[in-house]
Amino acid sequence: MSNIAHEKHHGDSHKVAKKFIERYVEIEDVGMRFVSKKGEFEALKNINLSITQGEFISIIGHSGCGKSTVLNLIAGLLHPTSGNLFCAGREIAAPGPERAVVFQNHSLLPWLNCFENVYLAVERVFGSESKVQQEARTYAALDLVGLGHAVEKRPNEISGGMKQRVGIARALAMEPKVLLLDEPFGALDALTRAGLQDELMKIMQKSGATAVMVTHDVDEAVLLSDRIVMMTNGPSATIGEILTVDLPYPRKRLELAENPQYNHLRSEVLKFLYERHAKKAA
Amino acid sequence: MSAVNSNKDLTLQDSLVLVSNENDADKLVAANEDNTHMKMLNKVKTKSRAAKIKTPGQLRRIEFFKTIIPPAFGILLFLAVWTLISHLQPVLPGPVSTWHSAVELFAHPFHQNSLDDQGIGWNILSSLERVALGFGLAALVGIPLGFMIGRYEFISRMTAPVIGLLRPVSPLAWLPLGLLVLKAAGPAAIWVIFISSIWPMVINTAVGVSKVPQDYMNVAKVLNLSEWKIITKISFPYVLPYMMTGVRLSIGIAWLVIVAAEMLNGGAGIGFWLWDEYNASNYEHIIIAIFIVGIVGLLLEVGLTAIANRFNYE
Repeated sequence: MSNIAHEKHHGDSHKVAKKFIERYVEIEDVGMRFVSKKGEFEALKNINLSITQGEFISIIGHSGCGKSTVLNLIAGLLHPTSGNLFCAGREIAAPGPERAVVFQNHSLLPWLNCFENVYLAVERVFGSESKVQQEARTYAALDLVGLGHAVEKRPNEISGGMKQRVGIARALAMEPKVLLLDEPFGALDALTRAGLQDELMKIMQKSGATAVMVTHDVDEAVLLSDRIVMMTNGPSATIGEILTVDLPYPRKRLELAENPQYNHLRSEVLKFLYERHAKKAA
Repeated sequence: MSAVNSNKDLTLQDSLVLVSNENDADKLVAANEDNTHMKMLNKVKTKSRAAKIKTPGQLRRIEFFKTIIPPAFGILLFLAVWTLISHLQPVLPGPVSTWHSAVELFAHPFHQNSLDDQGIGWNILSSLERVALGFGLAALVGIPLGFMIGRYEFISRMTAPVIGLLRPVSPLAWLPLGLLVLKAAGPAAIWVIFISSIWPMVINTAVGVSKVPQDYMNVAKVLNLSEWKIITKISFPYVLPYMMTGVRLSIGIAWLVIVAAEMLNGGAGIGFWLWDEYNASNYEHIIIAIFIVGIVGLLLEVGLTAIANRFNYE
């Protein structure tokens, strides 16, 4: 989808250092406080993270640790109370199509069909192109997520997995600099989720886009990510550890199941979540 | 449930087996080799439990009777009470004489001898015309007003006291003001419909606009949509069902009000006709008028509900 795709090489045993811009997304000492009726609440403090172009980052942590807040900060939907965020060298001041979001609950407009939902995004970003080109982009995005046959369907006529695909298509169609995924598969059943993870992996390999995904699924994080950002529990949550996932691409779910490296990484995340930063059952 | 499920083969032989207590259930289950666990389940059940086994045909018939019998019974009861009252109060026409009168009346619904003597169809139409005019004006003002109230906090707070004050005013209280300013009965009736049917549209539209989910607004922000696109692609479609609820309530009110307004105003229309027939001592016609008002109101409601359902995307 993007011109970066040509540069990115994959398939070799190790992800050789990419020739992409380092510190493409930069989170500098970010803190976030919310003021509610009960008083002030510090959600995040001292968040520092630097993301290289083309990298796939997962943010994992217990519920309430502020991982979605981090994503919303990068999206520009929230503004930090302290610190700064940059994307491609520019300060993140407001939301915009260069940082497309795949929302947890898909957030498709129910009165528009799949095509129209994606077209709404295309129209905004590529408004200078001809209508034919814009339509072609819309179809291409829907084809990419395997929904070329359902363009005329309304969101209430398709399954949860398909809705999430449309959400991904809408985000990808904007050719964003950064793709932000907020628990994209959280509401889906395990089998559908696995299928979509595999497809997302392929799409990300093809497009080479930079991605930040919030998840609470350990397998999902290890399978998809180059690095896993593990967050401590709130309030005043921060980044506890960052785990580099040095698994070769393309990653195959079945082969990885018996891969000692994969299982080691998986248990590292589990240890972080359930030993060092266990959360008492609410 | 378990007794029903466990006796499938028996069901085929006799579709109306009534398992009335635990012992019967046990016997039936015992006949079935594979169902020992069901037997255990059955023992837990209370003795009073009864299960009736039904064929699809029977189920359909039961469904049919369920939908037909109670309303039919209700109507018959209504007619019986009506007949009884008309016997106790001989001045009131009973169902039979009303029916004959209605047959006669509807034989020529659109005849026109003079302004005072025209067919019932004309009267209904002129009432509907007034409702359409008054309601149309109310929609024209009320829906945009509702949008502004829902969108801007300031306007919402600004209008709240005025709307709160005017809304509970009885529709007919507005009639003298209308007559005073407009100096004619026709426009005054339309004014009354306007002012009394505008509120549900204002309020429902405003509520809808203020309820547009944050998720959709986040989409708008991420896509960086223009204000115009937000209105046409997000706010308006979202608000439409709320608006339609307002429209339905408003038309209901308009139809309620028109009869009263016409009774006071004269001219033409179903309300005027009702009063006119009272003065002419055609008491059957009063009852017919009540039925007409009821049926037209019902049809408006059904039609608008059907339209509203078209805009429901959930």
